[in-house]
Amino acid sequence: MKKFTFNGLIGGILIAILLLSAALGLVWTPFDPMKLSFTARLAAPGADHLLGTDEFGRDVLSRLMVGARASVWIGALTVGFATICGTLIGLVSGYARGWVDGVIMAVNNALLAFPGILLALGLLAVFGANQYGIIFALGIAYTPSMARVVRGAVLSLREREFIEASRVMGNGELYTMVRHILPNCLAPITVLATSMFGWAILSESALSFLGLGVPPPAPTWGNMLAAGRPFVEQAVWLGLFPGLCIALTLLGINLLGDALRDKLDPRMRGLK
Amino acid sequence: MAAERKVGPNRGETMLRFILSRLVMALPTIALVSVTVFALIRFIPGDPAALMLGDMAQPEQIAEMRTELGLDKSMPQQFLIWAGNVLQGDFGRSIVNDEAVLPLVVSRFLVSAEIVVVAVLLASLVAVPAGVIAAWRQNSLTDLALVGTATVLLSIPTFWLGLLLLLFFGLKLGWLPVLGYVSIRDDLAGGMLYLVLPIMTLVIHEAGVLIRMARASTLEVLRLDYITHARAKGLSEGAVLWRHAFKNAFGPTWTMIGLILGNLLGGIAVIETVFTIPGLGRLMVDSIFARDYPVIQGCLLFVSLSYVLVNLVVDLLYPLFDPRVVAE
Repeated sequence: MKKFTFNGLIGGILIAILLLSAALGLVWTPFDPMKLSFTARLAAPGADHLLGTDEFGRDVLSRLMVGARASVWIGALTVGFATICGTLIGLVSGYARGWVDGVIMAVNNALLAFPGILLALGLLAVFGANQYGIIFALGIAYTPSMARVVRGAVLSLREREFIEASRVMGNGELYTMVRHILPNCLAPITVLATSMFGWAILSESALSFLGLGVPPPAPTWGNMLAAGRPFVEQAVWLGLFPGLCIALTLLGINLLGDALRDKLDPRMRGLK
Repeated sequence: MAAERKVGPNRGETMLRFILSRLVMALPTIALVSVTVFALIRFIPGDPAALMLGDMAQPEQIAEMRTELGLDKSMPQQFLIWAGNVLQGDFGRSIVNDEAVLPLVVSRFLVSAEIVVVAVLLASLVAVPAGVIAAWRQNSLTDLALVGTATVLLSIPTFWLGLLLLLFFGLKLGWLPVLGYVSIRDDLAGGMLYLVLPIMTLVIHEAGVLIRMARASTLEVLRLDYITHARAKGLSEGAVLWRHAFKNAFGPTWTMIGLILGNLLGGIAVIETVFTIPGLGRLMVDSIFARDYPVIQGCLLFVSLSYVLVNLVVDLLYPLFDPRVVAE
């Protein structure tokens, strides 16, 4: 058991570094991330520019810090959107049951029948490829999984004695739902939201890499990789550092997510 | 003896019922997926007829398209017209080059499918035994190393991994081609060179996912009483693990393999971009850039229906690994 808490600690540290650099990027970066410099084009990592410069002479470290902010921001809004919508839908569906549940779940299952990134691509075609398009597209694509998990939790909870007791005591349906059912759904919601944060950051960087995300010159890790690609032969750091940032962030989220699941999901206890 | 046999429904009958029920269950999904794809394009602001024809359309053409799409009729009627065309194989024509959408989508799909299928097959062959061994040696150094590697592998985004492999094997060592694509149908040996790196990238990534899945489901089975019983009977560890545990543990992993297959078909666009492969993912992304809505719609429908179909086939084959599902 001990070593997996250790993994969770490493995950936590990685995520803390991510959040700190994103926050620091709001107020300070070593260089202006947008400032072009033709004398410093494709400068190798060194004392001046710690992680080198790109094809326009912009400081890679500064751009990565601003990119971290974009990833965290888009990831958080996406997860927030999917969690709020999914939880509401799941609560209503699981608590109302009957035809309401039937209709909601039919639509939900139809959306789940799409591979997530495909649905997001389709929605991007509707919303347009930009920052808010991504948040809506990914948010809508992730909502059905959250709705299904919450509905499942509600369905098993509503048969339990303490819910029955709350009803017998004369508490209203809404009160029972918010006061007794919702708090007991928080564990599965937290576990899923953590992995969703990872999916969102990965999908955002993939979409930016494809040119369907945040448009340049604003830096994101995905569009930095795409822009650096033609130059990787002379400037290997342009292909290295943005990808490393994405991978370390995902590793952090995966480790943290595993640790959270071991802690919060009793069914998984002892398995890992 | 003969009387006893009639007690329950016979095996063939239960199996038939299982297959039929799965087929019937897939029908509403297919219908709802089609409605979603239809509705998605209708949500785009603007006249659907003008969207389907692009910026260069003449007013007469738009008017003709309006009647063709039935835009003067109700939404359900419009859907039926569209679904009728789709059933006859008419997915419309590309705005960009007036190509028929269905043959275009199918030809690109074959390119993506060969990469995805080979990759998932190879990944399963490596990852499933690795996951079972990790579970068998739970908490040993082997287990820690395997799980650690798997977690790192699945954290590496495929497009970055692809880029690194390209940098190393293509640019630095010069063993494999960096740009372009040759179909294996035109030149088998030459074409295979172009597939090595994309397949390797996917195998490395998906192996991470599958190792963890196979390990988790094997662990769940290894704790059950019948495993203890099998060991107590004096069976060798190999027999316990592969003949008894693995047979019961493979089910969830098998389902996961189906999900990965479908997800890859949807998410292969980045791999195709890194390796300049003219597959379905690239077609979809290019169509989004070009606002080529008939092609976008065709890709969406084709991939989502293949996803439903793959999962249906996975479901239908499930009893091979776990006959219990048939009885339910």
